[in-house]
Amino acid sequence: MKSKIYIIAFFAACFFTTAFISSEDPYFFISKKDVQLTMPKSFPKPIYTFKSNKITPASFVLGRKLFYDPILSKDSSISCGSCHQQFAAFSHIDHALAHGIGGRIGKRNIPALQNLIWSNTFMWDGGINHLEIQAIAPITSKLEMDESLENVIIKLNQRNDYRIAFYKAFKDSIITSEKMLKSLTQFMGLMISANSKYDKYIADKVTFSEEELKGLKIFRTKCTNCHTEPLFTDNTYRSNGLAINKRLDDKGRSLITGNEGDNYKFKVPSLRNVELTFPYMHDGRFRNLKEVLNFYSDSTKHANYSDSQMQAIGIISKDDIEALHTFLLTLTDKSFIYDRRFADPNIGR
Amino acid sequence: MSYLKIFQLIWVPFLILNAEIVYSQKSKSNTFEINFSHYVGNEILKLDSVIYKNALNQAFILTKFKYYIANIALSRKTGKTIIYNNYYLIDEEKPSSKNIVLENLPNGEYDSIHFTIGVDSIANCKGAQSGALDPINGMFWTWNTGYIFMKLEGTSELSTAPNALLEYHIGGYKKPHNCIRITSLPFLKPLIISNNSNNYIEIKTDILEILKTPVSIDFTTLSTVTDFNNSAKIADNYSDMFSILKINNEK
Repeated sequence: MKSKIYIIAFFAACFFTTAFISSEDPYFFISKKDVQLTMPKSFPKPIYTFKSNKITPASFVLGRKLFYDPILSKDSSISCGSCHQQFAAFSHIDHALAHGIGGRIGKRNIPALQNLIWSNTFMWDGGINHLEIQAIAPITSKLEMDESLENVIIKLNQRNDYRIAFYKAFKDSIITSEKMLKSLTQFMGLMISANSKYDKYIADKVTFSEEELKGLKIFRTKCTNCHTEPLFTDNTYRSNGLAINKRLDDKGRSLITGNEGDNYKFKVPSLRNVELTFPYMHDGRFRNLKEVLNFYSDSTKHANYSDSQMQAIGIISKDDIEALHTFLLTLTDKSFIYDRRFADPNIGR
Repeated sequence: MSYLKIFQLIWVPFLILNAEIVYSQKSKSNTFEINFSHYVGNEILKLDSVIYKNALNQAFILTKFKYYIANIALSRKTGKTIIYNNYYLIDEEKPSSKNIVLENLPNGEYDSIHFTIGVDSIANCKGAQSGALDPINGMFWTWNTGYIFMKLEGTSELSTAPNALLEYHIGGYKKPHNCIRITSLPFLKPLIISNNSNNYIEIKTDILEILKTPVSIDFTTLSTVTDFNNSAKIADNYSDMFSILKINNEK
């Protein structure tokens, strides 16, 4: 009799656990409303418009599944999300250079993923001309995921869960690179950060402290020519006069253009969420914001800068640097880094 | 209303409609088949086996040959040109890829064929694509966006690259390294394409031309080209690698 009860209890336990596991956590559910593209008021018109890539919950969910799945790497050890962490505005926190499979180290710092649909080019050297094909680069890079696109598609086609997910997204279960890249683009393209304290200040919803105001003022005289509001980048390539890192000898933009005049130029990164995206610069040489600001505080010390905007900065006093630092912290967007839509559903809450 | 008038009301539009349908059906049935035959000089290309010689008498073997053809256009004597906005990846290793069939060619007297060697800049900036332009085909640069227009690979004892490789990956749509070339091949005599005809053209692609005129490629100094350095030189070379062998079985 007692053993019978145990057996019933055992099966009941099994039933409830499986029921609990198989039911999706509503926290990660993506509704139609979740994938609505709402443009921040102060932002210009986006460059990527989703015109030929209509956003749907199924396609967005597929993009999220791919983004967090190590299947995209050669040995299934790392996913996009391994090095693009939400809590760091999708940069790789505290890692100077990109990390790949098998402990390989890349040549550049991992950039944050945010407001991508306002960017005309991608990568530090701007070598990639379209958001949809950006993901091919880290997937196929020997120093990152080191997988061939062909193999990724073969692996995905072998997986029933993916065939179902692609069918839901595209009404066709045959997996192609175009569909994969377009759904990844939906997931990454919706990563919009426009709800920082700065944004609320611009929208007259909050007030700035005296120090923050002072910082904004200095920012607008010293930094804004390159880190232009509201995106905090002007999407150009510039040399900010950093000493050449001889071990990497990364020539930056000229690797793409073949033009010597572009030597050591890199894309101006956005400063949104800059508090979270350390370390800084294309090679991650500065560990914290203090080091960055210290570098910018005296442009007369820069030996090999090529950009006239850098010269114009001149010298910034210690007090002003403090105020700038305070202002930069207002660019942190907590609602973005805690946005459940972009969270990894495999990890859970 | 007389019966005749009713008859006309019903039949006249029907006849006109019918004529339209017949007309479009007729032009639909004109096909134009293009066959690319790969040669090395006067010899038909054989990968992996035959030893060829370039203009400098340097021996080499070929292992891979593929290239993009786009925007095929046929010009009519009246000056009107019919353009097909398609992209084709011709691959020596895939015989079926060397055969292109164009449909719906309108009736007319045609005197030349034109096409792009490579992929035009619009398609280079279009994001994720499928078919011939699927990056999976291995004709795509991921770190500096753009299609590889032509891949010619092989070996030569004179090569300075590892494993004696010869590797010419030519592409790029941006100035000053633009490798898009347009070729125009005039027909010896006008080709009259009329109803229901299946037309055929055989185009010779001569690989030796990729290695000479205007620039003779010396394997000892230029065994590989895989980015914009020197690529435009090779593009100038391949711009004249095509010639017409046969049209509708006439030489």
